[in-house]
Amino acid sequence: MKDIINKSLLEISKSLQMRQIKVREVVEACFDRIDQTEPKINALLCMDKESCLSRALEMDKSGPDPDKPLWGVPITVKDVFCTKEFPTTCGSKILENFQPCYEATLVEKLKNAGAVILGKNNMDEFAMGSSTENSAYKNSRNPWNLECVPGGSSGGSAASVAAGQCFASVGTDTGGSIRQPAAFCGITGLKPTYGRVSRFGLVAFGSSLDQAGPMTRTVADSALIMNVISGHDPKDSTSASRPVPDFLAALEKRQDLKGMRIGLPTQYWMEGLSPETLESCRNAVDAARDAGAVIVDVEMPHARFGIAAYYIIAMAEASSNLARYDGVKYGVRDKSSADLQEMYRKTRSRALGEEVQRRIMIGTYVLSAGYYDAYYKKAAQIRRLIQQDYLRVFESCDLVCAPVTPSPAFKIGEIIDDPLQMYLTDIFTTSLNLAGMPGMTIPVGLGRDTGLPVGVQLIAPAFEEALTLQAGQVMENALPGVGTPTGLG
Amino acid sequence: MKITREEVARIADLARLELKEEKVEKFAFQFSDIIGYMDKMNSLDTSGVEPLYSPSENRSVMREDKAKKDYRRKDLLSSAPDHDEEYLIVPKIL
Repeated sequence: MKDIINKSLLEISKSLQMRQIKVREVVEACFDRIDQTEPKINALLCMDKESCLSRALEMDKSGPDPDKPLWGVPITVKDVFCTKEFPTTCGSKILENFQPCYEATLVEKLKNAGAVILGKNNMDEFAMGSSTENSAYKNSRNPWNLECVPGGSSGGSAASVAAGQCFASVGTDTGGSIRQPAAFCGITGLKPTYGRVSRFGLVAFGSSLDQAGPMTRTVADSALIMNVISGHDPKDSTSASRPVPDFLAALEKRQDLKGMRIGLPTQYWMEGLSPETLESCRNAVDAARDAGAVIVDVEMPHARFGIAAYYIIAMAEASSNLARYDGVKYGVRDKSSADLQEMYRKTRSRALGEEVQRRIMIGTYVLSAGYYDAYYKKAAQIRRLIQQDYLRVFESCDLVCAPVTPSPAFKIGEIIDDPLQMYLTDIFTTSLNLAGMPGMTIPVGLGRDTGLPVGVQLIAPAFEEALTLQAGQVMENALPGVGTPTGLG
Repeated sequence: MKITREEVARIADLARLELKEEKVEKFAFQFSDIIGYMDKMNSLDTSGVEPLYSPSENRSVMREDKAKKDYRRKDLLSSAPDHDEEYLIVPKIL
């Protein structure tokens, strides 16, 4: 079979099930592609070619299993998920060589569905960042332009999928970390509803915000991954005991957007968008209208407080979650210290990166005596108002459509020295996590000025991922798409 | 809001971090910038608004109080920087 790596996950999975191609061939094609592209994009922190190939040989011997929807399909996962077969570093020196003795539920589900996990993707340290420049190990690069960031924090995942190293990756999204890199790299990325996917074995950053989801080259591929990873898990008490629809089957039920009302929050379409972003996003709205959708303006009056409220809550939760890195239970320890307190301080100061220290400290500050009400409680009140904005908006429309980022991928090094500016690039993505709603990025085209991908977000009420997938697929079919990345030669 | 170097040092101590002098200086500057931005929240009257701490619909999930053995001690200990057959080992506490 020719051109293996440019197939969609669904296509390759069908060919594997029908024995038109061997697992070994597909796995080899991916590793060949990794050999070719990895020196350029640095998307992976670890991989295991040998064991993947021997697993592929075994699978070819035993033959396809129709009950396993990902049988023989090579994928990668962000290095934030605990895995028994790979180290789990979270992009941090403090977890260098950490080898978990248990596996994330999501990883178990992917493996049980027959997926071959090739390796783990680079990320901003503890998922804190919007460019993957905060990884303690390497700088990932955007396959569309190697001078640009792939976005973050799931930047390695987005770059891998866009470059054809694998057929899907799973990332995490605390304030946009799936949707923003998906937009920057021209792929699809879905942040499911808070509670839809188990987070057991996912290294925690902001526990009331974190959610894992698929990053793929097509909308249907995301639907298939959602079928595999969704559902209640007794090991995660925040996971929802709701029935999981067949997302792939849902796609068959809608060929157009007739009768669907799509809301455009005026606050998101007014200012701060680069001209090419605005143009591309408007094209997406036109495509939705042409497909039958009714476009309505909606108001999200508290949107402008979203970044402030989000960062306070995320940093507060991070400061609490990251207290566990104390040099005692896992990871590295500073061996020079004479007593316990000194060991805590030296270990944490030496092995945590600057952005992580910054967030731990601001989080500690906003939770400290005298500031709790002014910052943390205030942010949680604004969070309520933002959630109510969404609930009110969904009384007058079925889906919300918004830009993902103010402009396409920025240059490596361009913003990294100004943390506040970096936080502000998350302006369109964070409110979704505060409200717990699902949202998906789809690529709409290449920007007229930079030639870089531009994405648009489709946001649905809680547990209505099927709606975003349906609308996303109709729009994907109507839009020109982005093609294959131009930065890989 | 201006964050002083003394405050940065106090927060570092609470967070069990040890910062070099130039980093204290840098963080004081950056935190003033960042917290200053957060202060825009004050322009909104939120009196009477119930805080939202989690979007989860689950409340106090209960399960049967039954002992089970998911992990082996040996495996859990093997992740630790220092341990013997039974315990995690740390530098002196007192």
